[in-house]
Amino acid sequence: MMEYIELLYIVSTVLLLMGLRKLSSPATARKGNLIAASGMTLAIIISIFSPIEGSNNNYLFIFGGILVGALIGVFYSKKVKMTEIPELVSLFNGYGGACAVFISILEILKFNKTTSLGLSSTTYIALFIGSVAFTGSLVAYGKLSGKVKDWRSSISSYFNLFWVVLCIGLIVFQILNPELYEFLPIVILIGSLIYGVTFVFPIGGADMPVVISLLNALTGVAAALAGIVYDNMVMLLGGILVGSSGVILTLLMCKSMNRSLLSVVVGGFGSSYQDLEGKDQGAVKETTVNDTAINMRYADNVMIIPGYGMAVAQAQKTCKELDKILTEKGVNVNYAIHPVAGRMPGHMNVLLAEADVSYSKLIDMEDANNKMSDIDICLIVGANDVVNPSALDNPSSLIYGMPIIEVLNAKNVVVLKRGMSKGYSGIENPLFFHNKTKMLFGDAKDSIEGILSEIKTMD
Amino acid sequence: MLELLDFLKENILFINLLIMTIYLGFEIISKVPAVLHTPLMSGSNAISGIVIIGAILLVRQAETTDYLTIILGVIGIILGTINVVGGHAVTNRMLEMFKKK
Repeated sequence: MMEYIELLYIVSTVLLLMGLRKLSSPATARKGNLIAASGMTLAIIISIFSPIEGSNNNYLFIFGGILVGALIGVFYSKKVKMTEIPELVSLFNGYGGACAVFISILEILKFNKTTSLGLSSTTYIALFIGSVAFTGSLVAYGKLSGKVKDWRSSISSYFNLFWVVLCIGLIVFQILNPELYEFLPIVILIGSLIYGVTFVFPIGGADMPVVISLLNALTGVAAALAGIVYDNMVMLLGGILVGSSGVILTLLMCKSMNRSLLSVVVGGFGSSYQDLEGKDQGAVKETTVNDTAINMRYADNVMIIPGYGMAVAQAQKTCKELDKILTEKGVNVNYAIHPVAGRMPGHMNVLLAEADVSYSKLIDMEDANNKMSDIDICLIVGANDVVNPSALDNPSSLIYGMPIIEVLNAKNVVVLKRGMSKGYSGIENPLFFHNKTKMLFGDAKDSIEGILSEIKTMD
Repeated sequence: MLELLDFLKENILFINLLIMTIYLGFEIISKVPAVLHTPLMSGSNAISGIVIIGAILLVRQAETTDYLTIILGVIGIILGTINVVGGHAVTNRMLEMFKKK
């Protein structure tokens, strides 16, 4: 019997692998997700029904738990708006982390004198990593949904360093002297939970996509460690896959922002920088819906640059309509996508896909920059930091060195913006004061709708 | 220290497997286009919910009167299931929008 169980576990591991492989290619992604889901289902079914000697099974509780969880999961996923996906992924990730925490606590309670050093170290590390993923994801969720405000202090990176060393020190001490202090495991648990909060708290909004990806990888590692504790291959391999792929995804994102992972983790944007704030930037030029409509109607090439503001204003469908009517009138419309626009890698792609914009119109940053000199109008819809020229020419700026979409190489720039507030990273943007730039103030969706109805009246 | 070395020796196959899988994860992801970053993150997040198996095994092995294990274990199962089911469902919803083209 046991050998069949092992075989079935291997089948589910292969399904997870195939699923992840197919998920990373556009044509097969949907199939990949379903394959991975079937691998998960198989693994869970095996773990429920495989014979375990002397077990009480407690099936009522298990099925009850799964039913409740599945209902809540389906409810969340149906209810969520596409703009809120980053928050939701973060929240789900926190739940996975919490599950790892509960398992580790229960395992630690079972420890006795015969517990091996390897088992206890693995469990304590799983407890630590799971806790950080749990509370860290919740803070990231709070930040993304606007429930937690940004707050930075110059000492937070030192505090974090001190705190993580303290936690690891306590864990090593506890593993080596398991019987000495009974309360120490609780202290370790609380310390780890606190670290998750203080770790994510000071990290600035612009770095949030990197953090979610990193926390996702951490949950994977926690699952893998739990796999070692239970001697369960699917948990180990699935967890490690998520961990390693998550790390690569994190590094890809860091690379596209020209930041090192270390500088993100050590505490977001530092505090010793000079901003352009207070300097005289010159006057801002305002434009009207009517003007913008005329300019766009008679342009040859229009480039739309979406940012998080498009998500907030829910302007993606209106954008698509503007795109459609301009295309009908012979204007060439494309979208330039910065890799870290929005709050998650690929966030803009998801939103525009929801609005039915075709793949071929989405141009990545490098190609967009190459084409920029042919562009008559760049319409910036709620993007800020990813078009900030300080990244190119102001070495004292926080984002200096980050690749941006170089809109100033286009002939005209129109910025749709609510007001003169700063971007998510809190940096002044000299683009708004440039003589090529015209500002169209107001809600992005309303402005585009205005432009749309003006264009409809022209022939 | 010796004990730790013994642990490593006993699990040498495990460790080899671990290293291979880490590389596999790197390889699978390193060529993924930016459009798929969000669905991929969401999908792999659902896979990390595999940790639920641990909670299931714990509850199965618990004494019927061991309320602490059963309660914490069931909470673990609920949270893990939300992660797995919700994660795959929302990934599917995102990818469905891509499919329409």
